[in-house]
Amino acid sequence: MSAIIAPAPIRKEVRVQAAPARAFEIFTAGMSRWWLKTHTINPTKSPLKDIVMEPRRDGRWYERGEDGSECQWGKVLAWEPPTRVLLAWQISGRWRYDPNFVTEVEIRFTPDGAGTKVELEHRNLERLGDAAEAMRTAFESGWGSLLEQFATKAA
Amino acid sequence: MARLSNVVSALADPTRREIFERLAEEPRSVGALALALPISRPAVSQHLRVLKEAGLVTDRAEGTRRIYQIDPAGLGVIRQWLDRFWERSLDAFRAEADKDEGQKHKDKARKGKEEKAE
Repeated sequence: MSAIIAPAPIRKEVRVQAAPARAFEIFTAGMSRWWLKTHTINPTKSPLKDIVMEPRRDGRWYERGEDGSECQWGKVLAWEPPTRVLLAWQISGRWRYDPNFVTEVEIRFTPDGAGTKVELEHRNLERLGDAAEAMRTAFESGWGSLLEQFATKAA
Repeated sequence: MARLSNVVSALADPTRREIFERLAEEPRSVGALALALPISRPAVSQHLRVLKEAGLVTDRAEGTRRIYQIDPAGLGVIRQWLDRFWERSLDAFRAEADKDEGQKHKDKARKGKEEKAE
């Protein structure tokens, strides 16, 4: 590729009835309550038990399996309750934690009536590009059913 | 590898996204896609050409037909996957946050009733 043209970041928005402080809390401290259990990268393959986001800048963000094993996902780059949290998503194209790989996921919480507008942006996706091929081969081990679907149908 | 600018613009069009998603389900011919979508065969071919140039789909001959399938090596596939992943995740988050909020209101209402009963 001669010029690096970044793909558009992924942007999502949802409205929740909870006020910003509560929405922030459920998103961060309560991540285990809503995270899709199939989305785990733990090499021990232990079922997902908890997701921990240490509530401070440079805090770790990791999953804990039922067997007690911990697997890093990334870290907290900015911790600004109740309005913003910036995460380093350090899951590489090989679906493994890689301390040298960083894409950013920013979540903003804005008051919206009695509730909250929650905006999510996952950016620096071009960094995944180098790993696209590796990711393709990783599809077999799969991270969720859609991924497996891609692998089997596209094989 | 696909040029990223192509990938992004290829998936910006809702019809092309629809075609891409249908091919993610299973490889299909132009004819099969045209039957499933409210657009003509030439229009489907046109969209497939864009998706192919973007490196999102590949094709192969099968008898007299060409069968199209998604190309999982393209970055577009990863982006598409992450896009769906966050979509589903935020839906789950919203459900949990709203459940939590509903519970709070119920608690409040119950408390109010209890106070009245006293």
